[in-house]
Amino acid sequence: MKITNYSALALLVALVVFCSFALSPSMVEASSGSGSFKKDTEIQISFATPVDEAWAKNTANFVVFQQTDPDIKVPVESVILDPRKTSVILKFAEPLNLSGEYAVQAKDVTSDGKVLGSVEFLVKKGKGQILFTIFLGAMLINNFVFTKYLGLCIFFGVSQKKETAIGMGITFTIVMVLSAVMCWALFTFVLTPLHLDFLKIIVFIGTVAIFVQAVDTILRKVNPYLFKKLGVFLVLIVTNCIILAVPLINADSGNGPFESLTLGLGAGLGFALALFLMSCVREKLELCRVPAVFRGLPVAFVVTGLFAIAFLGFSGLSIF
Amino acid sequence: MSRNLQLVWNGLIPENPIFRLALSMCPAVAVTTSVENGLMLGLAVVFVQVFSSVTVSIFKSFIHPRIRIPAYVIVIALWVTVIDMILPVISPDVYKKVELFVKLIVVFAIIISRLELFASKEPLVPSFFDGLGMGIGFLFGLCLIGAIREFSGTGQIFGYDILGFNPLLIMVLPAGGFFVIGFIMAIFNWIEYKITGKIPTSGGAH
Repeated sequence: MKITNYSALALLVALVVFCSFALSPSMVEASSGSGSFKKDTEIQISFATPVDEAWAKNTANFVVFQQTDPDIKVPVESVILDPRKTSVILKFAEPLNLSGEYAVQAKDVTSDGKVLGSVEFLVKKGKGQILFTIFLGAMLINNFVFTKYLGLCIFFGVSQKKETAIGMGITFTIVMVLSAVMCWALFTFVLTPLHLDFLKIIVFIGTVAIFVQAVDTILRKVNPYLFKKLGVFLVLIVTNCIILAVPLINADSGNGPFESLTLGLGAGLGFALALFLMSCVREKLELCRVPAVFRGLPVAFVVTGLFAIAFLGFSGLSIF
Repeated sequence: MSRNLQLVWNGLIPENPIFRLALSMCPAVAVTTSVENGLMLGLAVVFVQVFSSVTVSIFKSFIHPRIRIPAYVIVIALWVTVIDMILPVISPDVYKKVELFVKLIVVFAIIISRLELFASKEPLVPSFFDGLGMGIGFLFGLCLIGAIREFSGTGQIFGYDILGFNPLLIMVLPAGGFFVIGFIMAIFNWIEYKITGKIPTSGGAH
């Protein structure tokens, strides 16, 4: 019991560190100002000196286009100047592609009646923001158990007791992150150069199986106490669909090393969260008078359905 | 011959992979928003189950017991790769919806458990019929859940509009799949209770 508490604490600390890294502001400096997305229909840009209101209010002074196709201009609907006159918010009628890069050209910037010249801003999301979106998406919005229905066999098998659920959650998260990165490396450096992409199913499941076997052997020698606590779960992990689904999703969407790692971490923690929630309910269910034919798995399925409804509430969640 | 029929019947109802054995439920919830998807994945599973059972049954004397699990996984992965290349040619539209799960057949517990429990001990012909029975049982489960969810969720069967309105939209959402399986399992338990007079211990072991 004690070891699971410490491990849970360590996991929490890691999560906090990761979040603070991901949330740190990452704006791109332009020649004389910087820009950032406010909402999916707003861009904020700021200037080094106060600008004139009459100039700022004219939408024709701002030309916005996506970096990938400069010919298609995005029409600016309105401009709002903040009271200190050093930053403006551009509003757009259509939502922007938040993972893309936008260029904003401000023509003939005017300050105190003098024309200072034109400035170009580059607006894009920081790497950290994209990673955080992937992480949150895998953990809550598209939780692998409740909205993608993966890993159900293990989910129903291990969620009877809180203690085993926590142990499984931690073991699974660690294996998931490491195998996601390993499969990414294999896919990028071995399978793609050799044009063997069609073998990815066999290679990925083989990698995961070998890795789990290796961890099992090493842990048995190095730390028998930890092995006694977590060893049982290691064997089960190979039959979990999520462990194969995450590398396949990474390979299909062309994710880089950090995206792969983040998706693995989000999937692992999302699975751990689902297991923990479910084990809490099932411990209580033991004491309830469930109709005889529903006892055991049928009622567990109905409870999972209720959780799935609750997780629908995350579908509108977006921070950046 | 009668034993072979018995094996097929056994996989269809008394040991139905989804409702009685409660194995491989991920696809049972995920792809069953319509009968068509269920049918497609069910056929893929029949194919993989039959061919891997036959392969393992033929080569069982060559597989050392200590490395049998990795060997089974490789055999399954081989047949999954084959069906993964055949399906997009037959029906590209439906394949797009079930693509991830066709690849994930590799880790479906039902297939490897049949290889371990049956095909590795029995000769070729019974293994073939056992694989066929389990595959058809799985196909039956997927189609049943798919039909219930498609009809109650969108008022359609096989894409043909029958009711003309959506009676219970929740059925095609994630939650609906869990509810339907829970209730069908309970009904199976109830039928068994009526026939044998005993309540099954836990709705099938997992």
